[in-house]
Amino acid sequence: MNRDKLLQLMRENKVAVLSALVILLFVLAAVFAPFLTPYDPKEMDILHRLSGPDAAHLLGTDEGGRDILTRMLYGARVSLLAGVLPTLMSMLLGTALGLLSGFAGGVVDEIIMRIADVMLAFPSTLLAMLIVYTIGGGLTGVFLTLALVNWAGVARVVRAETLRLRGSVFVTAARSIGVPQTRIALRHILPGCIPTMIVLFTLGVPSAILTESSLSFLGLGIQPPATSWGLMINQGRQYLYTAPWCSFAPCVAIMLIVLAFNFLGDGLRDALDPHLESK
Amino acid sequence: MRQSFLRRLAESVVILIGVALLIFIMLRVVPGNPIEIMMGEHANQSTVDRMTAELGLDKPIYVQFFRYITGALRGDFGTSYSLGKPVSSLMRSAFGNTLKLSVSAAVFAWVIGILCGVLSAVRAGGPADHIFMGFSLMGVSMPVFMTAMVLQFFFGYYLHWLPISGSGSWRNFILPAIALGWNSAGAISRLTRSTLLDVLQEDYIETARAKGLTETTVVLFHALRNTMLPVVTMMAIQFSGMLSGAVITETVFSINGIGRLSVLAISGRDIPLLQGTVLFSTAVVILGNLISDSLYSVLDPRIRREA
Repeated sequence: MNRDKLLQLMRENKVAVLSALVILLFVLAAVFAPFLTPYDPKEMDILHRLSGPDAAHLLGTDEGGRDILTRMLYGARVSLLAGVLPTLMSMLLGTALGLLSGFAGGVVDEIIMRIADVMLAFPSTLLAMLIVYTIGGGLTGVFLTLALVNWAGVARVVRAETLRLRGSVFVTAARSIGVPQTRIALRHILPGCIPTMIVLFTLGVPSAILTESSLSFLGLGIQPPATSWGLMINQGRQYLYTAPWCSFAPCVAIMLIVLAFNFLGDGLRDALDPHLESK
Repeated sequence: MRQSFLRRLAESVVILIGVALLIFIMLRVVPGNPIEIMMGEHANQSTVDRMTAELGLDKPIYVQFFRYITGALRGDFGTSYSLGKPVSSLMRSAFGNTLKLSVSAAVFAWVIGILCGVLSAVRAGGPADHIFMGFSLMGVSMPVFMTAMVLQFFFGYYLHWLPISGSGSWRNFILPAIALGWNSAGAISRLTRSTLLDVLQEDYIETARAKGLTETTVVLFHALRNTMLPVVTMMAIQFSGMLSGAVITETVFSINGIGRLSVLAISGRDIPLLQGTVLFSTAVVILGNLISDSLYSVLDPRIRREA
């Protein structure tokens, strides 16, 4: 893709570009959190607990007198990481299994796809609850859970892509000149799946962020003293009527980031998906 | 058509067995003797042994699984560790609340969703379209706990119009129904809008207009019928999703339904209860998928003939 085409796509997809900027802003805020705030996210200040937004604390303070904006900046690290890392893991797992399933066919395909069917049959929050119960909460537990919840959908899509590409002329050509199977899978079919995978990734991140926040909201996910937006909402819920800012600020942050990723995903699908381009 | 239904039914049964097996294995992998965990510090070894034998936990794992499956088929899911009652009766009373919540949420979602979808499709690009689609987009993108808490705060606490939590009267279910249904309403209205816009391009719509029918007749009696095909199947999936227990909604509004029961089971480390609720919920979802698949071929004569 040359530069003019890219610029044209960006002009056509203003919402997606804006979303990318919002995401970038969130990421920068999370990375540079210590430089953006004078407060410590864990230090209590009981004298100023549950005070409303003012000049000293732009978003108010929580039940321990901790600055909410500061905690949101640090919480963004966990929430964003919970969106990205597990989604990468589930992409890796799902792609490997999907490719294998579509390429090998037969019994291997049957086994992998039946396991995927079973995973996809669960209501996703319940599946996450079940897995987190089994492997334990906390940062590692939640990340692993999110990765295990989402691989099946990826596997199914990648398998379908693999089957489509396997029947294409360039794969037949490669096969006819004696290219080995693994090389066909990795060098001819996998690259063809990449546009789909980028879209899947972009749409997988917000769903992982939402699942993390749901788990933490229920008290099953991230455990204090670590924090994430979902956990902040959970902790602030007791003070919903006296200090609503405790919960609402992280709620808005989750909504914004989820919205931004969804818009970006839609935009990328329009730009990358060859099936839709013909329309 | 009957054949394809039977095949889907068989597949569903296989998936359900897989689900039961997966739940069973996952809950046995948790380290520690569940009896000791349940009794905490007061555990004395002979009591632990006696309880372990009573609950059949000393048997080999495949025997336990077989017992569990045969029991579940007869509607017996064992006894809850933490509440001391049969899991099946706990689930039955919880399901009543979940059913009330689901039906009210579904009614809200479908009426609002279809209305918004139709109105924005016929006024595509206009201000009404933007308003309704903004409303739908909010529903789709706001996390359920956020919607729920905003509703609680505004209508319950600030305006005192509706109760904040509980499940005593029908008024208790209004806010939870909106919180749970808004998301589905958003999805329904977006689907209705895009499908209706496609259908309105069809030749037979042109014919209907050429006959001089009013636009209202064309939309309501000619276009909407075909629009509803994908919408109805989405409704079936949504409804089974709601019936499987709205964990977050039920927790925020303190409604004793299936979803809240499963949260309770986790915090009480109550394996039979968790096993029962998750198995039940997943079965409901599998059934919903089956119905939605079949609905498609029942409703659409074109597919019925092909299959």
